[in-house]
Amino acid sequence: MTLTHYVVLAAILFSIGATTVLVRRNAIIVFMGVELMLNATNLALVTFSRMHGNLTGQVLAFFVMVVAAAEVVIGLAIIISIFRTRRSASVDDVNLLKG
Amino acid sequence: MLITGITTDAAWSGAALAPWLVGIPLLSAAVLLLAGRRSDRWGHWLGVLAPLASLVIGVVLLFSMLSVPGGSRTATVSLGRWIDAGTFHLDAGFRIDPLSLTFVLLVTFVGTLIHVYSVAYMEHDADRRRFFAYMNLFVAAMLLLVTASSYLLLFVGWEGVGLASYLLIGFWNHNPVYAAAAKKAFVANRIGDVGLIVAMGLLFSHVGALDFATVDAAVPHLSTGAVTAIGLMLLLAACGKSAQFPLQSWLGDAMAGPTPVSALIHAATMVTAGVYLVVRSNAIFTAAPDARLVVTIVGAISLLFGAIVGCAKDDIKKALAASTMSQIGYMMLAAGLGPVGYAFAIMHLVTHGFFKAGLFLGAGSVMHGMDDQTDMRGFGGLGRTMKITYFTVMAGWLAILGMFPLSGFWSKDPIIEAAFVPQDGQTWRAWVFGLVALLGAGITSFYMSRLFFMTFEGKRRWTTKTDGTPQHPHEAPALMTVPMVILAIGSVGLGAFLAVGDRFTRWLEPVTGPRGDGQAVLPGWLLITLSLVLVIGAAAYAWTRYAVAEVPATPPVGTLVTRAARKDLYQDVVNDAALVVPGRMLTRSLVFGDRAVVDGAVSGIAKSTVKVGDLARKVQTGHVRSYAATMTLGVVVLAVVVLLLGS
Amino acid sequence: MLSSLATSLTDAGRTTTGEAILFWVLAIVMVLAAGGLLFARKAVHAALSLVVVMIGLAFLYVAQDAPFLGVVQVVVYTGAIMMLFLFVLMLVGVDASDTLTETLRGQRWVAALAGLGLVVVLAGVVGRAHYGPAVGLTDANGASNPVALARLVFGSYAFALEAVGALLITAAIGAIMLTHRRRMTPRVTQRARSTARVLSGTLAGKPVPGVYARHNAMDVPALDPQGRPIEESVSRVLRVRGQEADAREYAARIDRVLSGDWANTVRPPLTATSETSSAPATDDSDAAEKSDEEAKA
Repeated sequence: MTLTHYVVLAAILFSIGATTVLVRRNAIIVFMGVELMLNATNLALVTFSRMHGNLTGQVLAFFVMVVAAAEVVIGLAIIISIFRTRRSASVDDVNLLKG
Repeated sequence: MLITGITTDAAWSGAALAPWLVGIPLLSAAVLLLAGRRSDRWGHWLGVLAPLASLVIGVVLLFSMLSVPGGSRTATVSLGRWIDAGTFHLDAGFRIDPLSLTFVLLVTFVGTLIHVYSVAYMEHDADRRRFFAYMNLFVAAMLLLVTASSYLLLFVGWEGVGLASYLLIGFWNHNPVYAAAAKKAFVANRIGDVGLIVAMGLLFSHVGALDFATVDAAVPHLSTGAVTAIGLMLLLAACGKSAQFPLQSWLGDAMAGPTPVSALIHAATMVTAGVYLVVRSNAIFTAAPDARLVVTIVGAISLLFGAIVGCAKDDIKKALAASTMSQIGYMMLAAGLGPVGYAFAIMHLVTHGFFKAGLFLGAGSVMHGMDDQTDMRGFGGLGRTMKITYFTVMAGWLAILGMFPLSGFWSKDPIIEAAFVPQDGQTWRAWVFGLVALLGAGITSFYMSRLFFMTFEGKRRWTTKTDGTPQHPHEAPALMTVPMVILAIGSVGLGAFLAVGDRFTRWLEPVTGPRGDGQAVLPGWLLITLSLVLVIGAAAYAWTRYAVAEVPATPPVGTLVTRAARKDLYQDVVNDAALVVPGRMLTRSLVFGDRAVVDGAVSGIAKSTVKVGDLARKVQTGHVRSYAATMTLGVVVLAVVVLLLGS
Repeated sequence: MLSSLATSLTDAGRTTTGEAILFWVLAIVMVLAAGGLLFARKAVHAALSLVVVMIGLAFLYVAQDAPFLGVVQVVVYTGAIMMLFLFVLMLVGVDASDTLTETLRGQRWVAALAGLGLVVVLAGVVGRAHYGPAVGLTDANGASNPVALARLVFGSYAFALEAVGALLITAAIGAIMLTHRRRMTPRVTQRARSTARVLSGTLAGKPVPGVYARHNAMDVPALDPQGRPIEESVSRVLRVRGQEADAREYAARIDRVLSGDWANTVRPPLTATSETSSAPATDDSDAAEKSDEEAKA
């Protein structure tokens, strides 16, 4: 087994996360899909860091985690305020962009 | 306009007064219009004084001019340089010569009388002051027209009288029919104005000058084609202003204006401006025989046209309007005959100015006494109740008939005689135009006698007034009858005064040149006898039909010609079919073209944009997941492309 | 324990057998759990699946010589972020959007195509890339991984760290701003509430469900005097979930009682006031439960 397997695993997880975003209607689950994609990226970063013997990849993964935390806070706040006004957490109900 | 002071080349004193001819009525009009209601009490007297002052100046100029021999009577009075554009220079100036002075005297004399008449006629009109302001404006514009020293300044006056005519026809513009009549006159006149503008353009390009003196001097050096074109364009202008065929349709409707307006503008002065223009441009027309022939033909057609229409009209003013058109046809015919007829055209114009103004004022007096009724079938027997009107109108009637020795005889018979003179050696023209003129005299006699007998002779056919009370025909006040009497005297004696010893012909010689010689195809005594017999016969026939016989209150169906004549020989229908309908079709097709092509292109682009937008809109579902799916697919496609290209 | 899990690479860049076993086991578990995120009917299950994936990732981080990140993964992601998710799930409650029914036409096929395409493309990229021999982190980590990371974060990336700190503060304030509700109406006190209830005439409140001694019978609607089920007597959550029981069966039973099959049973006469709360059988405890529910609503 080589490190490439880790990267392939990261790719699979990333794709599953992306598909979740596309398929699920509940905004919170969609958001979880985004988190899964971020995590998959982190796995790839950590793997590359080990591959190159350079810790910068891990630092980047660390920053991704922090930014993801901030993003989750804001995203969930938005979901809650939308839910308050529309009594729904479905991403399909928010379609003001409809042409 | 740069006024450097009045300069004159006159060989006689007093020429410098000429600008005041125009200035005084213009000033009076301005005062009356600007002072507004404040001048209501005295405004009409100021309005009377203005043409009177011009008349006094005219008389002074006349005696001053008579003191010098014929050759040095023409004078130019310059107000200074008006237009100074490159090589083109034009002075604002007045040309005082026998022709213009004749017009000045006619306009101011008849004008003053009609102003006096109007004081009484318009007494009950709330806007009498405004009426006098417009009348003064007209007098000023008309005097400018006849005294201008160049075509361009003449054009200013030409437009001025058109404006005054428009304002006065539509004086009672609260009546939509009258307002429409004013508009019709204005539009028909504009067509003629185009002719004058084009003529000026041609003169500018061929001669490079617009003043009469330079043009007259340059004409012999021009090609016949250019002179003919200029002549025809001037004729078009004359047709518009003088209601000649084919631009005659407005004159009948112009009777919508107050009767003094009809008398002054649409009988005595403005409508004769076309004749003035032709005679003033005699150098051009003398050099263009073809244009003259067209003038003659137009005059002959209008002569017959007006006469036929006049036979069928029951409205006294419209019958007189048709008569005016016919009489101006005589003048045009005479003017078209060239040197042999210029003087007689102007002479007939002057005498016509007197007797037709008198007739109109008589008609106004009848309307005054008959509660503004104009239908002659409701008149009859008025001669017993309105003695003065009866006799003044009788003078005008006999004069227009050409009875010896009244004015008409001295001015019309020479025209008939001149028409029988072969032009350019072509005898057929002499016969055609001579017989038309003779026939016209007969028809004139019939319709004028019809008018006279229907109004003043026969049984009383009066009906009630518009308010239901019985009619009480009464004589007009002295302010109205005195001008009528003076005009009647002119109608009786002016012709003999002017004609004896060829006085008038010699008077005009400095302008029109010597009267050409020509032998008529028939001897003169025979022509006079013929025309008198014809006139008396027609009058007698009219006597039997309209004085002796009963005149039905409602017009009988009549013959085909009568019915056509009542409708002005379908001139409005023809105009409609020839001009209005095609014009409307043209504008419609233009509008359609504009909508289909121009707008179509614009809105087509807009519509296709909208359609593309509609298609694109369907893509914009507003669902975040659709967008996300699109993005993801895009990433996949991009990556595939990169992978394939990278290999 | 963590350091004992950390494994080194062979000279050829291959992993040790222990790590390979760990990887395969975790990879299968994580992909299945990720599938749970994709396919779970209930949001809570999805969240729990994600927790499994994240813990698996933490193990993989540790296995890859990144013990610090592995710990942070557990603390930040599983401990903080996923708990936040669960809180929000509780706040939002059960929602119709939880179902897997697709409402957008063709979205599912597009999503499947995109997902598979992504896997294929990414695998293609990974497969075609040329890697040099894996170096391993033994040298880079030096004494310990956290120390080496700290040198980098507080050294070369100090400015980025400050920026991220500012970002976190901003996010916190933003979340407060977003979820803050300005009070538009005066605060309704308990006194005002009770006064309003007395004035409204419905002193007893909404009807309680018909609770029968057969199971947890909160799901059975109450019946009105005409024997029709009263929908609003059942809790909203049960109604949304579709866990409501059929009331007609119970109505039929009552009909039988009324027709005199049970001769000994004497029905008390109905009064006008009890019309809205005509539960066939209610005891005190049920009433208490009911008022609790109302207070929550």
